[in-house]
Amino acid sequence: MTRLRLPRPATIAVGKTARALTRVRGGSGSAFPGLVVERLDPSFLAAVLAQLPRGVVVVSGTNGKTTTTKMVVELLRGQGLRVFTNRSGSNFTRGVVASMLGEISPTGKLEADIAVLELDEAHAVHFVRAVNPQYSLLLNVMRDQLDRFGEIDSTAALLRTIAEHTSEGVVLNREDSRIAAIADSLGSQKVRYFGLAAELRAHFPSDDELHGVAAKDEATRPEADVLLTGLGNQQGTFRIGGEEITTDLTVNGAYNIYNAAAALALVRMVLGETVDRDALLDSLRRASPAFGRGESLTVRGQPLDLVLVKNPSGFRLGLSSFSAEGVATMIAINDNYADGRDMSWLWDVGFDSLAEGGVAMVSGVRTYDMALRLTYDEVSIAAVEPELAKALDEFLAAHPDTPKRIFCTYTAMLALRQHLGTYTEVEAFN
Amino acid sequence: MTQHAPADKQIRVLQLYPRDMNIYGDYGNALVLMRRIQWHGFTPVMLSYNPGDEFPEAPDILIGGGGQDSGQDRIQQDLLGLGDRLRSLAEEHTPMLMVCGLYQLFGHFFETRDGSRISGIGVLDVETYGTDNRLIGNVVSESADFGRIIGYENHSGQTYLGPTATALAEVVVGEGNNQRDSHEGARFRNVLGSYLHGALLPKNPAIADFLIGTAVERKFGEGLGPLKAPQSSPETLQRLTELAREAASARPR
Ligand SMILES: [Zn+2]
Repeated sequence: MTRLRLPRPATIAVGKTARALTRVRGGSGSAFPGLVVERLDPSFLAAVLAQLPRGVVVVSGTNGKTTTTKMVVELLRGQGLRVFTNRSGSNFTRGVVASMLGEISPTGKLEADIAVLELDEAHAVHFVRAVNPQYSLLLNVMRDQLDRFGEIDSTAALLRTIAEHTSEGVVLNREDSRIAAIADSLGSQKVRYFGLAAELRAHFPSDDELHGVAAKDEATRPEADVLLTGLGNQQGTFRIGGEEITTDLTVNGAYNIYNAAAALALVRMVLGETVDRDALLDSLRRASPAFGRGESLTVRGQPLDLVLVKNPSGFRLGLSSFSAEGVATMIAINDNYADGRDMSWLWDVGFDSLAEGGVAMVSGVRTYDMALRLTYDEVSIAAVEPELAKALDEFLAAHPDTPKRIFCTYTAMLALRQHLGTYTEVEAFN
Repeated sequence: MTQHAPADKQIRVLQLYPRDMNIYGDYGNALVLMRRIQWHGFTPVMLSYNPGDEFPEAPDILIGGGGQDSGQDRIQQDLLGLGDRLRSLAEEHTPMLMVCGLYQLFGHFFETRDGSRISGIGVLDVETYGTDNRLIGNVVSESADFGRIIGYENHSGQTYLGPTATALAEVVVGEGNNQRDSHEGARFRNVLGSYLHGALLPKNPAIADFLIGTAVERKFGEGLGPLKAPQSSPETLQRLTELAREAASARPR
């Protein structure tokens, strides 16, 4: 491998100027400065990342990569490492370049020990060809955004490419058959797994199991380095190496707690023997989910949970992670590009768990697709209102004394968060 | 299920290969048939057939969906073994709905990009060619038999009708069978093939009631009465369906 030279100071200066200009114009957009730099120096990204003493770690998969990336970053920072990380954005490499421009010195030095990057499957091949990560964590492959990828198997192939281009070690989800199978095509890389104890698997049905595909039996599963063995309310029990540990957590929901197991396994692989166990558990306890993913707000004295749903498995997990009892439920479904245009996925989610209490409000562009879905599952609906802000006002007014939960697709969540800002303080989302 | 019809008024719905050929919400078609059979005053019975199973006796309606390439590979040999039985059910006017992957395999063959041919069972006079082009997006089509049909397509195989096949519908928005002509789906007797997911039946109850009505007519010699769906929302089921169809037809591709 040829040694990459640091980018020239002139490139950095131009990039930083472009970034400053974009900011002054009020844009949060990262594409422009990233584009400028890529034009001037196509190897900019690889060159800056190559100087990091502990290299590059990537996290990918359909569900949970934002929260898992955030947890990995917090766990590593808890070990005293300086971590460079990216926020997910529309154009991956340009987004990373733009975040870099904010942090590198004029001579091209990035003050970090390691980079932890959230990598969208769509950008995987382009990225790993430019930068070989030292470590990768592959979470799952589920039906999502089929508009863009076509089929689950081709998404799995994109993740396999990440693993094949990873130099040191790969952490795989033992319970996802397509992810676990990636191990078969790997050569010299270390492979480790995170997994679920048998009795917890019912909480995490896969797309295949929904239609009755039998799961692998216990004996054929590889050993997991980190195993989730117990779930509580904001509490998890993990078997880490040989040791069983129960700990309180800031994240909630079965799904995020399983992501914590993934983050632990990755950090253990990256740090090896040097990991400080007590600091690790302390960081784990404090790690919080990424904005919008299972976010809890207080509105007029009552809790309100926003649960992002973007595919059938995520929706099923959202429904099974939180009890519907005593909660007023709203569902908001949009079909904008970022949500995915296809509504077929709603038919791969069962809504029986909402049958007893019914649904208080259905909203979003695809209000009536959702209403039909609930009707065919014999779930009653109190109100329908496609316009999100109006629906939210009515929903809040109709249930002043009850905790509330809103299941929403991505763009519906953005709109609802913005309107919630008129009721309560909502952190900026970028 | 909330109401009970006499057991002798059973309508038996057979899902073909639900394990391997059931993605993109095609389960919705099965669910809609079950509920509407019940709301028409009959007793729905759901049957399923997966590779190697014994073929269930006397199915009244057959449905099948789309799958991954890997799923298609797993069922293909088994399906050929059912060919005679399915062809004679089709000849006897049994109502069927085959979506996407099974629509393709109900035709003569699927020719892959490298020229190798996967045989189908030839119930429908259609042939399919694999392409590098995935046709994806909302579809609005017009059918002489069923009115406006609305759905969502997602396929890279492109299908062409032979001389004895008729199209299910003509595309208004979207691609349908292929990028060259405007046909969507195919029909032979009461066998319907279509590329449309969505799922198809929730937003196109005319097709659901055609399948049910045909089954009821064949089995009991009577016509379908009005649908008695319980009203569980501010709007009736019929109104919800109209509103869902309006919203879907107004969306970008
Ligand atoms: Zn399909």
